[in-house]
Amino acid sequence: MIKMIIINGLVLGGMYAILAIGFSLVFGVGRILNMAHTAFYMVTAFLIYVAANIFNFPRLPAAILSILIVGLFAMMCYKLLFDRVKEHETAIMIIGIALAMLFQEVLLLIFGGHYSGIKPFIAGFVTITGVSVTYQQLLAIAATIATLAGIWILLKKTTLGLAVRSISQDREIANLMGINVGWICMVTFGISACLAGVAGVVIAPIFMVHPLMWVNPLIITLAAIVLGGMGSIKGGVIAAFILGYAETTVIFVVPEGSFLRGAVSMAIMIPALLLRPEGLFGVVFEEELL
Amino acid sequence: MSGYLFWLYKWLQGEIFTIPGRLLAAVFIVVLFMFPLFAKNPYFLDILTLTAIFAIYAASWDVLAGFTGQINLGHALFFGVAAYTVAFLNKYLGLLPWATIPLGGIISVLVGFIVGFPALRLRGIYLSLVTLGFPIILTGIILIFADFTGGELGLSGIGYLSSANIMNYYIVFFVMLISLFLMYKFTHAESKIIRVGVILHAIREDEITARSSGINTTRYKLLAFGVSGFFAGISGSLYTHSIRIAGPSTLELFLSFQAILWTIFGGMRTIYGSVVGVFILYPLTEFLRIYEVGEHVRFIIMALLLIIVLLFMPEGLTIWIRDKIEVKCQRCKLPNIRIRKSCRACGAFLHL
Repeated sequence: MIKMIIINGLVLGGMYAILAIGFSLVFGVGRILNMAHTAFYMVTAFLIYVAANIFNFPRLPAAILSILIVGLFAMMCYKLLFDRVKEHETAIMIIGIALAMLFQEVLLLIFGGHYSGIKPFIAGFVTITGVSVTYQQLLAIAATIATLAGIWILLKKTTLGLAVRSISQDREIANLMGINVGWICMVTFGISACLAGVAGVVIAPIFMVHPLMWVNPLIITLAAIVLGGMGSIKGGVIAAFILGYAETTVIFVVPEGSFLRGAVSMAIMIPALLLRPEGLFGVVFEEELL
Repeated sequence: MSGYLFWLYKWLQGEIFTIPGRLLAAVFIVVLFMFPLFAKNPYFLDILTLTAIFAIYAASWDVLAGFTGQINLGHALFFGVAAYTVAFLNKYLGLLPWATIPLGGIISVLVGFIVGFPALRLRGIYLSLVTLGFPIILTGIILIFADFTGGELGLSGIGYLSSANIMNYYIVFFVMLISLFLMYKFTHAESKIIRVGVILHAIREDEITARSSGINTTRYKLLAFGVSGFFAGISGSLYTHSIRIAGPSTLELFLSFQAILWTIFGGMRTIYGSVVGVFILYPLTEFLRIYEVGEHVRFIIMALLLIIVLLFMPEGLTIWIRDKIEVKCQRCKLPNIRIRKSCRACGAFLHL
């Protein structure tokens, strides 16, 4: 039981961590609360579903292609929708929700409302100390680690990462230093959608795909971001793993625990925030203190 | 008698007919009042009843989020708590609607205080996320205690609001008018009688300055939570008595989001904006249901409409229209029709 919780929590927490990083990147750079973030995750999952189950493409090219398609598509959405209303915080939020609803309904129209499984990339399982772990789960864990490392290198070692970090610290000064803020925002939006796409490609085959699959991850991602502290990527990742483990534990331990999936994350987040209003790793600004 | 009529006519002419926004509002109320005369199909009347209920709900979100600046992402909490309260009171204790509806509102106020009190330590997005959490937790609890709360199916067999659905419509209609009027007065910044509105505006604009002006901001934010919760509770109670079932759908995330969608579509920080948003979007999605194709595409149409409207009028529909047809006098701050050259009250030039 404990070993199963460890493996499943690692997969789930990894997925939330990838989603949370993408979300907080866009929030940090563009000040956009992108409610459509997990909708991109859903779209990629459906793309890979089409590629795997209907056309039976080779998996690796299909996965890379669908991630890239979603990235470009997200950039297009940013340029056409989010960029135009970026002065109005609430309008941005509503556009995100409307976009997610649009994807949901279009997918519902095409695929219907039933749950469907994706054929795993690599079938079969391996038994580690008495617990059977599917290769897909191992792949998901490996992909999570690779993505986290990749995004760390991108942010810390490249010029693009430097630009992203400086914009999230001070937008105007970054602009004065010659950084093309609009362009970087668009690229960051694309990268964040690609991250959501990675989560959709490697983790969706473990779960089912259906047109409402964006709601639950969105709630948990938001909870992880806030629990970790806005703008802190390290905090977001740690909080995502905490919530992932909590959810897995409740599902395995408590009978009828799957009803409590969302509730348990909220039950962790609310007391934590009440004790530490800026999140676990958040930064308090003096002028915002009350 | 004719003197009073003449006075009424003069008042209407001076205060209502000269300002297109008020004229539109008056026409809207009259049309809603007369609607049962023209409605052949009782289905339309039921839809309009639900629309009026949701108008109260969306406006109550506006009181909290638009005026006080506390963006509440879990507004369905108030709605759902009131719905379940009404269901319990009516089903297990046998209370009638005239008792259950105010009680539902009051329980929602208590819940508003319970949620608001800890949540007010937090600000901005943190507050939003904490409020988002509460209905999800409550849904989990309701699903666990399924034999008492009805679980996923909900509690059915709740009493009618009244025996005829025309009566039902008029009850909801008048409750809506009174609630909207009270909320409008409560949040009106220029009101000379109730001074709360201007304080709420001050809290939204700059909380620290409001505090340093001697306003106990926590108390006023709690008050806003309470008022908003009360009216959301009233709408939840009316909803339960209208559709006669209380299920977990009254707590779900989509309902919370819908309050935001309606209000921002119509225009935030104006009570009438949320009403316009509800009266356009909700009947649209329900009428599309009648047709075979519409059933599948109704939310696609709604989402596209939202996106298009927000792209071209990011402040919302009513604010965009209001700015096109009305202009505010620079000197005395009274609204005037756009085509006038000078203010109707003080004679100052309007277009400088």
